[in-house]
Amino acid sequence: MSSHRARFLTIGISAAVLSAMLAACSNNSNSSGGAKSPVVIGASLSLTGQFSADGQAFEKGYKLWATDQNSAGGLMGRKIQLKFLNDNSSPTTAVANYQTLITVDKVNFTIGPFSSLLTGPSASVAHRYGYALVEGAGGAPSVFATKLNNVFDVSLPVAASLLPMINWVASLPASQRPKTAAFPTSNDPFTQPQIQFAQQKLTALGVKSLYYKVFPEEPTQIKGIADQVAAAKAKIVVLGSTAVPTVSGFTQAFIQAHYTPEVFIATAGPDQGAAYLKAVGHYNNDGVMVPNAWYGGSPNPQSKKMVAEYIAQYHGTASQVNADVAEAYSVGQVLTQAVHATHSLSNAKIIAYLHSGATLTSVQGPVKFDAVGENLAATAFVFQWQKNNFVQVLPPGTGSVAAEFPKAPWGK
Amino acid sequence: MAKFLQAVTDGILGGAVYALMAAGLTLIFGVMDIINIAQGVLVVLAAYLSYVLSVHLHIDPLLGLLITVPAMFVLGVAIEWAFMRRLRGRERTAMSLLVSYAVAVIIEGALYQAFGSTPVGYLPRYAVASVHVLGFYLPYIYLIGFGLAAVAMAAIYLMLYRTKFGRSVRATMQDKVAARLIGINVDRVAALTFGIGVAVTAAGGMVFGATNTFNPDSGYDLISRLLSIVILGGLGSIAGALVAALCMVTAEEIVNIWQPTWATAVYYAALVIVLLVRPAGLLGKQEARAQ
Repeated sequence: MSSHRARFLTIGISAAVLSAMLAACSNNSNSSGGAKSPVVIGASLSLTGQFSADGQAFEKGYKLWATDQNSAGGLMGRKIQLKFLNDNSSPTTAVANYQTLITVDKVNFTIGPFSSLLTGPSASVAHRYGYALVEGAGGAPSVFATKLNNVFDVSLPVAASLLPMINWVASLPASQRPKTAAFPTSNDPFTQPQIQFAQQKLTALGVKSLYYKVFPEEPTQIKGIADQVAAAKAKIVVLGSTAVPTVSGFTQAFIQAHYTPEVFIATAGPDQGAAYLKAVGHYNNDGVMVPNAWYGGSPNPQSKKMVAEYIAQYHGTASQVNADVAEAYSVGQVLTQAVHATHSLSNAKIIAYLHSGATLTSVQGPVKFDAVGENLAATAFVFQWQKNNFVQVLPPGTGSVAAEFPKAPWGK
Repeated sequence: MAKFLQAVTDGILGGAVYALMAAGLTLIFGVMDIINIAQGVLVVLAAYLSYVLSVHLHIDPLLGLLITVPAMFVLGVAIEWAFMRRLRGRERTAMSLLVSYAVAVIIEGALYQAFGSTPVGYLPRYAVASVHVLGFYLPYIYLIGFGLAAVAMAAIYLMLYRTKFGRSVRATMQDKVAARLIGINVDRVAALTFGIGVAVTAAGGMVFGATNTFNPDSGYDLISRLLSIVILGGLGSIAGALVAALCMVTAEEIVNIWQPTWATAVYYAALVIVLLVRPAGLLGKQEARAQ
């Protein structure tokens, strides 16, 4: 009986030792010679719904960055694996998605969704679990108002993005300066602060505000609002839009009403390249402006490389590359530089590093974060469609061509 | 005053387009007791068909109705045969919600596969041109939509009240069992009615596509409005759908003048108030809803 017990004991100890050795070998192969587990990076993206064009462009930008970075060795010698969950453009779903990515999928990093509307609540979830949220489309003041320490927006803060246009209007000789303006804006945290800022500044310059209304971006309402703007006959229209359908709806209603403002600038939509052209047509884009920090023709060498890769993969021209692609790509670039600088995949170290005041680079230009995660180094530009080309027109000077002013009639 | 008149004009012209999109929904309910949740996505499908004809085949979308209306009719008959005919018993109407939602998901998935989610649009000449009348610009596309709505509704009315088939349809609406007893092929009537309801949607989809940028899930925005229109008008009432669409969209446009963010709330508040006073809707019959 005792010999039996001794034999079982021997077999048991041997099995335990063998298991431990196998486990050790397994761990060892993970950390040195064998295939390393990938670095999983998760994001909630609006692949359907109101922001689907932007969400898909973001997906392309993230994928383009991951492919490039994997070709360069990945992160800390490990391949990057992206995990996207569709939020159908809903902030509630985006919150649930980040919860899933962090607690169920246990991703290493989270990166941002599209739009300030979704970034604000998503950042709170990431913050709760100590994750950094590097993002490219959450530049509204409401995102930074909560003062979360984990949000880092690599793009242009939107509050003052219309400043180049305002300065340009101020620089026009009094005889040429438009005297009236209309300010329709969607009820979105991305658009309202920009439009209110523009209205306040332009009014201070003596431009009379003929129309200011906040509207929901519902298909049934856009024509009615646009007709009111057209009836006001303002010389400048500053439209607070989040996506292409709103801009195309206003454009169509303006054409129907035989109304061409001298300046037509929209906060988003005209920056979406081919998606914008598809919606408004090749004859109805001339002279339309949009503020941003990047365009397909950017002379930035990193941007040129990304644009060439994008065109090789998805075809089209530089003007047709959606600015969202660059915003997403920049997110990846900033995360890469933070990982390399800290030699770590620790979110806490990444957050500390991004708050250190280091200046990073991206396809959109330099990136340097303030205490709440706004990119202090971003420069605001205004771009304009001219003869189906998307060109930088403001601020005047290096890299900018002359703005088309007054805007050419529709259909020309 | 000019703003008010502009809002009323926009409301009437825009309302007619919504009536055109809702006509099939109310016809199908009236005859078959089926609440077709897929109506929104069918409008979008019709818009995509017009988009393909216009952008890829360079066929004018209005002329293209000669192709899209029969195509949508065939699709409607196929949907009725494949999905709706299987629904039997007292839970038929409730089950139709689920089944038609499944149809919507299938069509939406196919559209995503074929076209992706980037919004598209088409702008034939008459989608941007307008005529100047009494100080207002009336866009041709909305006038066309108004005309199509009038023609479609008149055609449905004549079909229902001036043809032998219409008598069969009305008999089926009143009592399916009795209709069977007098020799009416109820299944055939149902298939043809569903087909006609979906075919009418082709015209609504063409106008919707020419006045909006759309993608495969644009149907979800539409269906809530279309349902509220047919409920307000009275389920099963074609004329009710027209009156409800004109009233609702006009009310929304008028509210837009003062406070656009309230327009949708006012739209649905009006629906609730009308239903409290007239539970069967503006022109609906109580029996129609009790079927």
